[in-house]
Amino acid sequence: MIEIRWHGRGGQGAKTIALLFADAALAQGKFIQAFPEYGPERMGAPVAAFNRISDRPIRLHSGVTNPQVVVVLDPTLIGVVDVLAGLDPRAGTVVVNTTKSPAEVRQELKFEGKVCTIDAMGIATDCIGKPIPNMPMLGAMVKATGLLAIDQMIDEVKAKIAVKFKHKPEVIEGNLTAVRRSFEEVKTA
Amino acid sequence: MSNVTIKALTGNEAAAYAMKQIDPDVVAAYPITPATEIVQIFSDYVNNGQVRTEMILVESEHSAMSACIGASAAGARVMTGTSSCGLALMWEVLYVAASTRCPIVMCDVNRALSAPINIHCDHSDTMGARDSGWVQLYAENTQEAYDTLIQAVRVAEDPAVRLPVMVMFDGFIISHSMEGVQVADDAAVQKFVGPFQPVRWLLDTDHPCTVGALDLQDYCFEHKMTQAEALRAVPAVVQKVGKEFAAAFGRSYDLFEAYRLDDAETVLVMIGSTAGTAKDVIDELRGQGKKVGLLRIRLFRPFPAAQLRDALAKAKVVGVLDRYESFSGTGGALYHEIRSALYDLPARPRLHGITYGIGGRDIFPADLRQLYLDLEAAGAGKKDLPATDYLGVRK
Repeated sequence: MIEIRWHGRGGQGAKTIALLFADAALAQGKFIQAFPEYGPERMGAPVAAFNRISDRPIRLHSGVTNPQVVVVLDPTLIGVVDVLAGLDPRAGTVVVNTTKSPAEVRQELKFEGKVCTIDAMGIATDCIGKPIPNMPMLGAMVKATGLLAIDQMIDEVKAKIAVKFKHKPEVIEGNLTAVRRSFEEVKTA
Repeated sequence: MSNVTIKALTGNEAAAYAMKQIDPDVVAAYPITPATEIVQIFSDYVNNGQVRTEMILVESEHSAMSACIGASAAGARVMTGTSSCGLALMWEVLYVAASTRCPIVMCDVNRALSAPINIHCDHSDTMGARDSGWVQLYAENTQEAYDTLIQAVRVAEDPAVRLPVMVMFDGFIISHSMEGVQVADDAAVQKFVGPFQPVRWLLDTDHPCTVGALDLQDYCFEHKMTQAEALRAVPAVVQKVGKEFAAAFGRSYDLFEAYRLDDAETVLVMIGSTAGTAKDVIDELRGQGKKVGLLRIRLFRPFPAAQLRDALAKAKVVGVLDRYESFSGTGGALYHEIRSALYDLPARPRLHGITYGIGGRDIFPADLRQLYLDLEAAGAGKKDLPATDYLGVRK
């Protein structure tokens, strides 16, 4: 079983992307859980969301405390929130939305595990026209972890967001491009 | 067996989807966190014409339940959903629904009662309503939330029962957690619940009747006895419906779930989502040769005491977990019920009551692992444990 923690700020879509990822994983035959951390969340306040992905039924219903993967949707959370809490300092993977290189982030976080970076704000602005980082971070995370097959996942994401944006079809293509571009452009060290 | 689709759904989405497939005649509800989405999603189904339900939006939960009672007495199949303080505000009319023999099905998302204000999971709300005459069925996960709501309709409307049924699952832990859920097609659910045939109803003008009449010293006692008799019929009906559900949908349900219980010496008894976590812990401890097991309560009202006594008779030590503070000074209601059920055994297991998880306090595998080990040590006389204690609280 793989456990993932998404760090974002209220409004950046951390919960939405955790749910969307779980939905896509279910379509690829995985057992899934997705749940947000519920507190007094407000626009801009630090929030977290979680996934469990497994090849066997998931019965565990406690919070995620030792994720194998951490995704940071907003680089300004580093230093504000302990984004590495519970992550294995050597075997863990952290994926950060930043223009910095993986080497720079590694130094900043003092983290010996796998570090991946992606300019999610830039890609979202290019592809969607808004700096909402969650879709690009999905693509980057899937590349960093190899948890899902990308083409099938993009089809699944398309089917899901097509319902939500049926009156704005241009938004659908932009989001899918953002997922694919991040999958291709994510840097790893 | 019906066609099955696996959908990624939260507990609330699964409950709303079950309600859509049941397609009740009337839903009257007032939203409250964390059950709001059930009513919100269901109102979309109404708005989109996906159900034929008459949706009654009211100004409070007291009114919601009152409208449900009126609609049920008139002859409708009725459902609603609520949580926490919402259920507490229904208090007066919960009793009316049960004693008027209204087979209403209500989904309650378990949440702490105020004060302090807290939106997270514990079982204070439905434990408070345990003696209101409603049947109470607790679900462990999202799949069970869906399955149990569908079964609840059959239990409520069974001619031997005709009582309201409350279906519970844990707030946020299940209500807002997405899991894979096997859903049947609409036709299969419709076939399973069948058409509603009330026995007496106000709109049946060929057979006029009075509902809610004054009932004083002369007959009130007898009427309460018939209600109690109906409640005693519930366990057999829950088992019958559970078996038929298994035949139709492939997932079987009984009064309670026994997990690795047959030869277990150290047993935990609990309600709700924590049982899933406990199963993982049991598998791990079993791998180390520990004889540990679980009994998860599904039907809490009426309490199937005889069946539970038999299931626990061979255990050495039993820990009973209550996820609410009863303020009894002597532990929670589940502990009391199990203690009472075991009283008639010639050789009783050692028994401990443990209160945990108040106001959404999380419980981890490590907590349950330590609890099993402590109970085992107490059973072997190697550790002193108080009769009742708290788990996971700062002391």
